[in-house]
Amino acid sequence: MRLFADSLACRRSSRVVFDSLTFEAGAGEALAIVGPNGAGKSTLLRVIAGLLPILSGRIGLEPMPDDTPLAELCHYVGHRDALKPVLTPREQLAFWQTMLGNAALPPDEALAIVGLTHAAGLPSGYLSAGQRRRLAFARLLVARRPVWLLDEPQSALDAASRDRLAGLMARHLAEGGIILAATHDPLGVSARTLDLGGRG
Amino acid sequence: MFWALVRRDLKLATRIGGGGAMGLVFFLSLVTVMPFAVGPDLNLLSRIGAAILWVAAMLATLLGLDRIFQAEEEDGSLDLLLMSPLPLPLIVLAKGLAHWLATGLPLVLAAPLLGLLLALQPVVLGAVTLTLLVGTPALTFLGVVGAALTAGLRRGGLILPILVMPLMVPVLIFGVAASNAVLEATTPFAPPLMLLIAASLFAVVAGVIAGAASLRHAGG
Repeated sequence: MRLFADSLACRRSSRVVFDSLTFEAGAGEALAIVGPNGAGKSTLLRVIAGLLPILSGRIGLEPMPDDTPLAELCHYVGHRDALKPVLTPREQLAFWQTMLGNAALPPDEALAIVGLTHAAGLPSGYLSAGQRRRLAFARLLVARRPVWLLDEPQSALDAASRDRLAGLMARHLAEGGIILAATHDPLGVSARTLDLGGRG
Repeated sequence: MFWALVRRDLKLATRIGGGGAMGLVFFLSLVTVMPFAVGPDLNLLSRIGAAILWVAAMLATLLGLDRIFQAEEEDGSLDLLLMSPLPLPLIVLAKGLAHWLATGLPLVLAAPLLGLLLALQPVVLGAVTLTLLVGTPALTFLGVVGAALTAGLRRGGLILPILVMPLMVPVLIFGVAASNAVLEATTPFAPPLMLLIAASLFAVVAGVIAGAASLRHAGG
C-alpha cells in the first residue's frame, strides 16, 4: 500500500498555499511534515482528509481498496479534539467506533492503552488538556483505518504521554499503516521529512 | 450509524448543559405571559390562541437551531463526521431528526396543556396539536438549511432567523389556517392540513439535500 500525491496544489481564499507538491509514503512509513507557521502543514493534512478541495493534481492510495473514498481510510486528529464535554470518554469512543466503521479495539481497551481507565465514566469536560488529547488518540484505536493524519500530535502532552504516543505510532507502522504528522518536534518514531518550506 | 448519531444527539440535548429544554421553557414562558398581555377577554384569547401557540412554536424552534452544526464545527466533530462512511445527507437527516425529537416534539406535547391557558375549545386544542405535529418538522428542517449555511460563521445565530424566517411564514399561515378552520367552520380543515403535511415532506427532502450541499462547502 502506498499513499501518493502528484503535483498537488491548494488555494485558500486566493492565496496559493502550495503547488506542484509531490510525495509518497509506503506501508509502514511515517512522514513528518515540517515547515514554519503558515507553510501549509495543516492545510495539507486537511486536503488529504478530504476536508478542503484540491485545486489541481492528484492524491490517492494504491492499491485502492475497492472504491472507498480516501477520506474514509484516514484518521484525522486536528487541533480540536472533537469531544463533547457532557459525554463520558467511554461514550465518545463507542459513538465514534460506530460512526467511523471498521471497529478495532473495544473502547475500554483503547482507554487502558492511553491510560484513561480511571476517567472512563467521567464527563469529558472534567479532563485536562493533555487527557483530552490522549482521548483523541484513543479514537485512532477503536476504528481501523490505514492512514493517520496527525496535526501537531504532541501539543499539550507531557513526556510520558509523548512516549506512549510514540508507542502507538510504532505499533501502527508495524502493522503496515501510514502516518503523516505535521510537527515541530521529533515524532519519536523514525520518519522521513517533508519540508513545505516557507513560501507562505 | 444513522441511529447512533440520533441517539448521541439526543443524549447531548438531554444532559445537563445540553440546552435541549431551552426551547420548551421559552415556549412555556411565551404562552403563559400572553394572557397577561392580552387581558382577561376570554373570547379574544380563544380566537387568537391557535396563532399564539404557532408563533411561540416557531420562535422556540428558531432558538436552538444555530447550534446544530455550529457546535460540531467548533469542536472539530464536523470534520470527523464528514470523514464517516455515512453519506452526508443522512448525517443531516439524523441531526435534524434528533433536533426535532429533542425540541419540536416536546412543544407538540406541551401544546394541549398550554392551550388550556388560552381558553381554547377542546376541538381547537386537538387541531392545534395535530397541525403542530405535522408542521414542526417543516420548521425544523427549513432551519436545518440555515444552520448548515451558517455553521462556519462566528455569529451565525444572528443571521439564521433572517434567513429562515421568511421560509417558515407559509408553514405558519397554513398551520394557523387549519387550526382556525375548526373554530369557524366557514373554511375547510383538510386543505391547509394537507398543505402543511406537504410542506413538511418537502422541507425534510429539500432541507437534507440543501443542508448537505452547504456543509460540504463550509469546510475551511
